[in-house]
Amino acid sequence: MNIKILVAAGLGVAFQSAPLAAFSDEINLYTTREPKLVEPLLDAFSEETGIEVNTIFLKDGMPERVEQEGEASPADILMTVDIGNLVDLVDRDLTQPVDSAVLNEAIPANLRDKDGNWFALSLRARALYAAKDLELDSFKYEELSDPAWKGKVCIRSGQHPYNIALTAAYITHHGAEETKAWLEGVKANLARTAGGGDRDVARDIMGGICDIGIANTYYVGLMRSGAGGPEQEEWAKAMKLILPTFEDGGTQVNISGAAVAKYAPNKDQAVQLLEYLVSDEAQKIYADANFEYPVKAGVEVNPLVGEFGELQIDSTDLTEIARERKAASELTDEVGFDN
Amino acid sequence: MSLTPGSGWRLIAVLIAAIVVLPVVALFGFALQGSVGLWSHLFRNVLANALTQTVILLCGVGIIVALLGTVTAWLIAGFDFPGRRVLGWALLLPLAVPTYIVAYAYLDILHPIGPVQSLIRNVLGYSSPRDFRLPDIRSMTGCIILLGFVLYPYVYLPVRALFATQAANMLEASRTLGAGPLRIFWRVVVPLARPAIAAGMALALMETLNDIGAAEFLGVRTLTVTVYSTWLNRTDLPGAAQIALVMLLVVIALVVMERAARSGQVYASGSRRQVPLARVKLGGVAGLTAMAVCLIPVLIGFVAPATYLIHQAWRRYQFAGIPERIWTETWQTAVLAMSATVIAVCLGMLVSVAPRFSSGPVTRAAVRLSTLGYALPGTILAIGLLPVIIFADRQISAVLGWFMADAPQLILLGAGAGMIYAYVARFLAIAAGGIEAGMTRVPASFDHAARSLGRSPSGVFRQIHLPLSRASMTAAGLLIFVDCVKELPATLLLRPLNVETLATHLYGEAARGTYEDASIAALMIVFIGMIPVVLLSGRIRV
Repeated sequence: MNIKILVAAGLGVAFQSAPLAAFSDEINLYTTREPKLVEPLLDAFSEETGIEVNTIFLKDGMPERVEQEGEASPADILMTVDIGNLVDLVDRDLTQPVDSAVLNEAIPANLRDKDGNWFALSLRARALYAAKDLELDSFKYEELSDPAWKGKVCIRSGQHPYNIALTAAYITHHGAEETKAWLEGVKANLARTAGGGDRDVARDIMGGICDIGIANTYYVGLMRSGAGGPEQEEWAKAMKLILPTFEDGGTQVNISGAAVAKYAPNKDQAVQLLEYLVSDEAQKIYADANFEYPVKAGVEVNPLVGEFGELQIDSTDLTEIARERKAASELTDEVGFDN
Repeated sequence: MSLTPGSGWRLIAVLIAAIVVLPVVALFGFALQGSVGLWSHLFRNVLANALTQTVILLCGVGIIVALLGTVTAWLIAGFDFPGRRVLGWALLLPLAVPTYIVAYAYLDILHPIGPVQSLIRNVLGYSSPRDFRLPDIRSMTGCIILLGFVLYPYVYLPVRALFATQAANMLEASRTLGAGPLRIFWRVVVPLARPAIAAGMALALMETLNDIGAAEFLGVRTLTVTVYSTWLNRTDLPGAAQIALVMLLVVIALVVMERAARSGQVYASGSRRQVPLARVKLGGVAGLTAMAVCLIPVLIGFVAPATYLIHQAWRRYQFAGIPERIWTETWQTAVLAMSATVIAVCLGMLVSVAPRFSSGPVTRAAVRLSTLGYALPGTILAIGLLPVIIFADRQISAVLGWFMADAPQLILLGAGAGMIYAYVARFLAIAAGGIEAGMTRVPASFDHAARSLGRSPSGVFRQIHLPLSRASMTAAGLLIFVDCVKELPATLLLRPLNVETLATHLYGEAARGTYEDASIAALMIVFIGMIPVVLLSGRIRV
C-alpha cells in the first residue's frame, strides 16, 4: 500500500474537519455529555435555525484544553454534568456572563449562576435501587450505613463524581465527622468492591449479589424504555426505584448544564442555542431522550420517570455542595472506600 | 555542537527526544504551580494501598505474561504438534482486543446472570443466583488474569522471533549434547530469551500501569486511578502532575535496573546464517498437551471475548442496524493510526541507529529519553502535550499573520496533529525498542567495513541499516498500528471538532452504560487490529 497517499489522505480528512470558526452560521460545542444524548437536541436546533453545531465530546480534561487554547479557542459553549464541573469552569475564568431574559425566566434561580456564568439544563437524582420483593417504601440516605444492610449494598466507585456529589451533600447536612462515620458504615455494608457503573447496580441486584444500591434515576428510565435492549429491561424489572431523602432534607439532585465560553467566537448564536435548550420543546426532548428531570417548571416529566413519585429536591444550595467536593473526596480516601 | 562526524546524528537523537520530553517538561510546569500539600494526605490515606495494589497487579501480570509468552513461544518454535501452524499466529490475536473491551466482555460472560453461571446453576439444579454463584470477577485476581491473558503476546512475539533465528544453533548444540527438553528450557531457553522476555514484559507492564478502563472497571485502585481522582475530583492538576512525575521516576528506575542487570551481555550471534530450528515432533498425549497449552491463552484472550462481541453485535444489528457513521469513524481511525505509525517507525529507526554513529553520552541519554512516553498514562501525556502543540500553533498563526489579516488559529490542533503527536510520543518506545533489538543482530563490524570502503554515515544507514532492519521495522509498525487503533485517552482529549474514532465512539456508549450499542464499534476495532496481527504472523513465520 502506498503510504504517501494514505498520509496525504489523512491530512486531507483532518483539514476538512478543522473548524471554520469565522462563519456565523455555525457554533462549536465542547461537551462531556455523550454524543447520543445531545445529538437529538442539536439536530432539532439546526433544523429550526439553520445553525450547524460542530461538537467534540471530551471527557476528562475539558477545562484544561479550553484553558490552554486561550483566546484562540473555537469553543462557543461548554456543556458538562455535575455542579462541581460548572463551578470549576467559572473559577478558572473560562466562561462569560450571559444576561438573557429567556434563560432567567425558564430556569429557577437556584439552578443557574447568579451572574449568568452557567445554566442548568436538566436534573437527575441520586436514587435507591432495591430488590423488588424487599418490603421497603421509603429510605433515608443515612440508613445506608445501618448494619442491617451488611453485605447487601452495591455502589460504583466512591470517587466517581456522582458519589462525590452525594458525599459532599452529606457533609452539608451532617458535617465532616459524621460523614466519615457514615462512609465507614456504608463501606462495611458493601456486597462487593465499589466499582462498575450505575446500571451494574440493577444487574447485580438481579444477580443476587446485593439487595440495595445507589444510582442515578435516569438509568432506570433508559432500561425500562427498552432502548438498551431486552436484557436491561429484565434488570430494571428485578428492582424498584425509591427516591431517598436526607433526614432533614430532600432528595439529592445534580445537574447537567452549560456555559458560554469566555472567548466564544459566536456568542450570539451560542446564547441562541442555550435559549433553545430551555424551550418547552427541547426540555421535552431532553426529558424523553435521557429520562432526566426538566429544569423548566411546567414541562412534563417522562411517564417512566413519573412512576418514581414526586421529587422533593433537597434545598441545599448546589454551589455549597460543589465547595465540599474536595473534602468529600479526601474523606472517601481516608475510609478506604474503594479499597 | 562541534562538527565531528556523527554530530548530525546526535542532533537528530536530541530532536527526537525533545518530542517526548517537551510534554514532560510541561507537566513539570503544571506540577510546580501547586503546593505539595496533597502529599501528606496521600501518604496517610492513599499511597500505601495504591502502591500495594499496583505492585501486586504488576507482579501478577508480569508472571503470567512471562510464563505464557515464553512457554508458548518455545512450544511453537521448538516442537511440532497438532494445530501448531494455526496456533502459531492465533497466539498473537489477543493483541487486537483492547483491555477495556475484555473487561466489559468478561463481566457480562461471567456475571451471575450471564451465560456461564446460568448454565452451571442449571446443571446443579439451582434456580436463583441467590442460592449459588461463583466468586466475583471484579477483583484483583480477576484483573490480573484478564490483563495477563490479553498482554502475553508482547512477550510471545519477541521470544518466538528470537527462537526462530539466532537461538537456533545454541539449542541445536544443547540437543546434540544430550540435554532433555526441561533441562534445555531452564538452562538454555530461558537465559537465552531473557532480553526478549524482559523487553516484552516491559511493554506489557507499562500497558498495565497505563490501564484505566479495565482496572477501574474491575475495582482495582492503582496509582494511575489515584492520579485521576486527584485531578478530577479535587480539580488539582498540579497534584496529579506531581503524582504522574513520581510514577515516571519509578518507571525510569525500573528500566535502568533492567538495563543494568543485563549490561555486559552481548547477544549478537556470531553466525549470520539463519538456521531454522529443527522441530521435535510431539505425538500422542504430549502433542495434545502442547496443543492445549497453546490453545488456552487464545481461547481466553481472544476467542471468548470476540465470540461475545460477535454475538452482541449481531443482536444489535438486528435491533437497530449498522450505524451509518461507523464507516467514517473506521476510515478516520485507520488513517490517523497509519499516519502516526509511519512517523513513529521512521523516528524509531533514526533513534535506534544514532548511537552507532555518535557514541557520546548526549546521544545515549537522548535515545533513552525518547522511549519515556510509553510510561505516561495517556491522558496525562495529552495534558502535557496541550501547551506544547498550542505554543507551536501560536507561532504558526503569528507567521501567517504577516501575510493575511485574519490568520487561522490552532491549525495543528484543529487538523488532528495533536493526536498524531500523542500517538508518536507514546508509541515511539515500541518502535525504538523493536528496531533496536533487531539492530543488535547487525554487528558493528559491518559499519566499520562500510565506512572503510568509503561510505558516509548516512550511506551506511541507507545501504546497510535500513535494509537489514526491514523486518523489525515492519513488526514494530504493525504493533504500533494496533495500539493506535485502540488508543483512547489522548484521542479523547486532543481530537478536533467532529472527529470520532472507533475508540471514542465505543467510549461514548460505554460511558452511558449502553455497552451493547458499542458492540459493533468494538468488533470493528478488533477486526482492524486483527489485520496487522495476521500480517505480522506472516512476517515471522517459523
